[in-house]
This record gives sequence, structure tokens and C-alpha cells, in this order.
Amino acid sequence: MEKLAAYDYWGYSNRPKIKWPNGARVAFWVAPNIEYYELNPPPNPSRSPWPQPNPAVPGFSIRDWGNRVGHQRQMALLDKYNIRGSVSLSVALCDHHPEIIEMCKERDWEFFSHGVYNTRYTYNMSEAQERDMIRDSIETIYKHTGQKCAGYLAPALSHSEKTLDLFAEVGTELFGDEAGYYTCDLFHDDQPTPVNVSSGKRFISMPYSLEMNDTIVYAVNKVEPRHYLTMLKRHFDRLYQEGAESGTVMCIPTHSYQISNAHRIKAFEEALEYITGHPDVWVATGKEIADYYLENCYDDARADIASKVGGA
Amino acid sequence: MSLPDEYLKYPMRRYGNDHDRYQWSMLQDRAPIQWPDGKSLAVWINTSVQFYPLNERGIPFKVPYGMAMPYPDLRHYSLRDYGNRVGLYRFFKGFERFNIKPTYAVSAQLANDNPYLLAQLLDQDAELICHGWNMDHLHYGGQDITEESEIVKRSVNTLRDKTKRDITGWLGPARNQSENTPELLKAEGIEYCCDWVNDDMPYEFNTNNGSLIMLPLQTEIEDAFVIGTNLHSEDAWVTQVIDAIDYLVAEAKQQKSGRMLGLSLHPWLTGQPHRIGSLEKVLEYISQHNDIWQASASDIIKHSRVRL
Repeated sequence: MEKLAAYDYWGYSNRPKIKWPNGARVAFWVAPNIEYYELNPPPNPSRSPWPQPNPAVPGFSIRDWGNRVGHQRQMALLDKYNIRGSVSLSVALCDHHPEIIEMCKERDWEFFSHGVYNTRYTYNMSEAQERDMIRDSIETIYKHTGQKCAGYLAPALSHSEKTLDLFAEVGTELFGDEAGYYTCDLFHDDQPTPVNVSSGKRFISMPYSLEMNDTIVYAVNKVEPRHYLTMLKRHFDRLYQEGAESGTVMCIPTHSYQISNAHRIKAFEEALEYITGHPDVWVATGKEIADYYLENCYDDARADIASKVGGA
Repeated sequence: MSLPDEYLKYPMRRYGNDHDRYQWSMLQDRAPIQWPDGKSLAVWINTSVQFYPLNERGIPFKVPYGMAMPYPDLRHYSLRDYGNRVGLYRFFKGFERFNIKPTYAVSAQLANDNPYLLAQLLDQDAELICHGWNMDHLHYGGQDITEESEIVKRSVNTLRDKTKRDITGWLGPARNQSENTPELLKAEGIEYCCDWVNDDMPYEFNTNNGSLIMLPLQTEIEDAFVIGTNLHSEDAWVTQVIDAIDYLVAEAKQQKSGRMLGLSLHPWLTGQPHRIGSLEKVLEYISQHNDIWQASASDIIKHSRVRL
């Protein structure tokens, strides 16, 4: 298809005002990716998991470092600033490293689905296969945490044309309206927006920000750690300023194998200190923001979009 | 087109890792480690002395920092060789000035072909690690085991013959391995390996020929990765190394357990006239730091709990 049908054009002006709880200007959330990459993943015709033949020791081992060393460093920081993480979870990690899941549960963190493994891609899956993979992920989260998975970030950001539809549908099959209602896979906005899914379910996009994602910043854009701090502050400052008119969302998606490195973690700490030091910030989880938006903002947004599609 | 059913089957989805190479545990959950004199941070400095062949084959992938132009790439060949001819001697002076005792990971072919260079290295009275045959003899998944075995033997034996020392450490070119590398290393009497960067402390690594010690040599903070891959300035590299040291010292004190920093250096990069001053700043910072134990690879292993 030429155009993504998931959302309609909806310009960033004259939208219905988003009023976050307690007059907050920015809803701020941190999304730690807690992932498992396989040492010997199967091939997918569309994408190689590793640049070297299996066993790709360099790529595997630094990600394993994130699990063995990095998570507890990041947790200590989020604890310090009273931030509950919203975990983008490779659900197989529940089996591999349940101790990490327990630590997140003790902190009342949210878990959302990031597929089964970050080395199993959606590409070339049949619809039934993708549905099975999504079902596995929602069921596994429920089994290990008791949470009904609200959100989705496709594994390794690998999608099909039906990914959002299937996530919404499988969520409904398993838990009705209590699961499968927000996606982090769209990067088209700084506010939550309604998303069109085939079932017509009330479903939204949650700003997750690839631009602030530590892996994009460090591994793709190769930014210096202290400049990442500058970027995070600038990003926040503008959203905080605009949030006086209508609430915005800022997310920092993290990966412990990047952000928890000893030479980088200071930048993250100072960013959290800066952001949480502002009075009108709602520190929340992805699900909390999504729930609030669906309850208080979704209908107005839908009506406004409908009135603007085709002109006005 | 759809994927085979196996794509959604996960035979290794189980407790621990999806392989049997080592035991799963988190650093912060382990019993504390005490370094000599109550120091907080062990800093291990590795200097890689590497040979990048002009006729690079790139099997099965191009080694990072190898040849980049059509053959013959005199540019990258000679720029890497610069490290062994010039940069390394600047390193020697810096190490002496700041009383730093590094280890040297050496391409075995260099030791074989350059007796003068080898004599200089031996003169440093420092530990030597086998860094494979050369940077174009990669160890990789699917490699023929006979071929790989011969490379391991040739590399280790050449270095032992030429140095008259019992070489027990291994750093693979590009830190890459095949599914058989750990067994082949152990079979040749290698006791510790630095390829897996998945921890901040040495740990026990299983092979079918008995245990190895894995001594992680971090990639993300090495000079080549920060300056050569990330294209950060040498000043930014200094800042990052100092930030890392400060963080690890604080963490060690807070958790009452020694920590380790493996810092890998490349003379072809930081041995350049405009960068050597930055390396000296790092060395100075390390040498004057009261909480740092500057140690060799073997020192760290000896004082860790991990045993073969």
C-alpha cells in the first residue's frame, strides 16, 4: 500500500486541548527495553539478526551485558527519581531471566509487548503466525506478571501491514478492552492520537520517540553522551513550553546495554534530574497516559479529526 | 510466502541463557570482591598490536578498521602499520611516564615477522596476549574446525616460540568466535579469553575441554570504538573514560565491591601526534587516582574469585 491507513492527517494546531492531571504540561515516561537477543537465531529472508554468522559474539555479548550488568544500574536511577518504568519486553526474558522481571514487579513497573525475542522478526510471517506470536507475548506477560498487556512495540520494530490490527484483535480476544489498545510503533506525533484499526476498537498511538531513543542516538547517530543530555533537555524544554497550551508527551526509550554504560549513565541521570525537577510534569507509565487519554481526550480528538478530514 | 513453523518454535527458551557457555547471574547480586589495598577499581589497559594484511580477504566479513579502498589500499595498510612503527613508541613513553603497566595483545604474525618489534615489546616486561594470527584471520561461525584449529595452534605456538613465554591469554580478531573457538583455545592451553564483553568482571566460561576464564575487554569505551567508529573527538573520548572511571569508583564504594574497567587502546589511532596528548591525560588520571588499582589481566584474574 502507498499510504498507511492507521491514521488520518491531523495538523499540530487548533486541536482540542489536552489537559493532563493536575495541570501538568508534559506527560513523561521512560520505556526501558528489556530484551533477549538469541545467540543462534533462525534466519529471516528480510533481515539478518547479526552482521556475523552465528554465534555473533560481539552483538550478543554487549546485549547480554545489558541483562547482567546494565538493568540494575538503570533501575537504581529510576528509583532515585521515582520513575516507574514501562518495560518494552522481549517476553522470552520471563523464562530466561525471571529475576529481572521480579525486580520490575517489585517496583510496580508496567510491561508491554516487544515480541518474543528481538531476533524473531515479523517480516514474512503469515497472518496466523503473527497472531500467534502476539498472543504468546500477551499471554506470557499475563502469566508472569498478572498484567493485561496494553501496549505494543513490534520486535526490533519489524512490522507487517496488519501488525496494529492484529495486536488490537488479539488483545480483545484475550482480555476484551483491557488489553491491546496502544502502540509505540508510530512516530508521527508528539501527542497521543487515535489510530484506525480494522476492528474499530478504541486504540491509540503513544509517542515513544525514536529520536530520543538511546540506541538510535548512540549506535545510529553516534552522539556523544554529554550531547545526548543537551538533546534531552532541548526536547523537554520545547514540549514543556508547548504543553502550556495543550498537553504533550515525552518518552525516553532506553536500552541498558547503551544507557547504563559507565561512560554514558551520567547523561541519563542529569536528564532525569532536570526533567523531574520541573513542577508541571506528570511522571507516568505508558498505560497510565493511554488510559487517561482514552477516557478524557479520545472522543474529542476523533470528532476534531473527522471535522478536519477533507478540509475545514 | 510465510516462514517455516520452526520460526515460532523456541527450543532454547528456558531458564538462564539460550546456550550453556556460562552461568546466568547479575553483577550486583554476586558476593563482593576486594582488590589489593582496598582499591575500588581495577583498571586493566590493553594495547592491541595488530597486523592488517594488504590483501585482506574479508572472510566472512570485513574486519573493522581494515582495508577500505580497492586493492592495493596503501592508505589503510600503512596507516595501521603506523601504529606499530611510531604510535607504539609514543605509548611506551606514556606508560613509562605515568608508571602504567599494560598488557599487549599481539598479532602472532607480527611477532614472527618483526623480531625488533617483538624485542621492544618483551623489553616492556609486560604481559602478552595472543591476538590471533592477524586481523584478516577471523574466527567465525561455520568455519571449518580443522582450519580454525590450525590457526589457533599456529598463533599460540608462534607467540610462545618467539617470546619464550607461556602465553595464556587470547583476544580474537574483532572479538569474534566460531562455535568451536572456546574449545580450541582451551585445547591449546589458553586459560583466559577477552572476547565476550557481557560482564564487568571475569567469570567462568564452559568448554568441552574444561573451563576458561572470560575477562571482558569492553568495546564501547575503547579508543577505536569511540573515536574510530563513533567519530567522537579525542577530547570527548577522554571525558568518557574519566566519566566511566568516576562512575565505577562510586559504584564500587556504594556497593562495597571492587569493579573493573578494561580499557583497550590502539597505537594506530591514539598514537597519532594530535591524539597522544589525550591518551596521556587518561593515563595521568589513572595514575594519580587513589582508588585505582592499575593491574594486568593476570593480576585481575588472580585476585578475583574466579578459578579454573
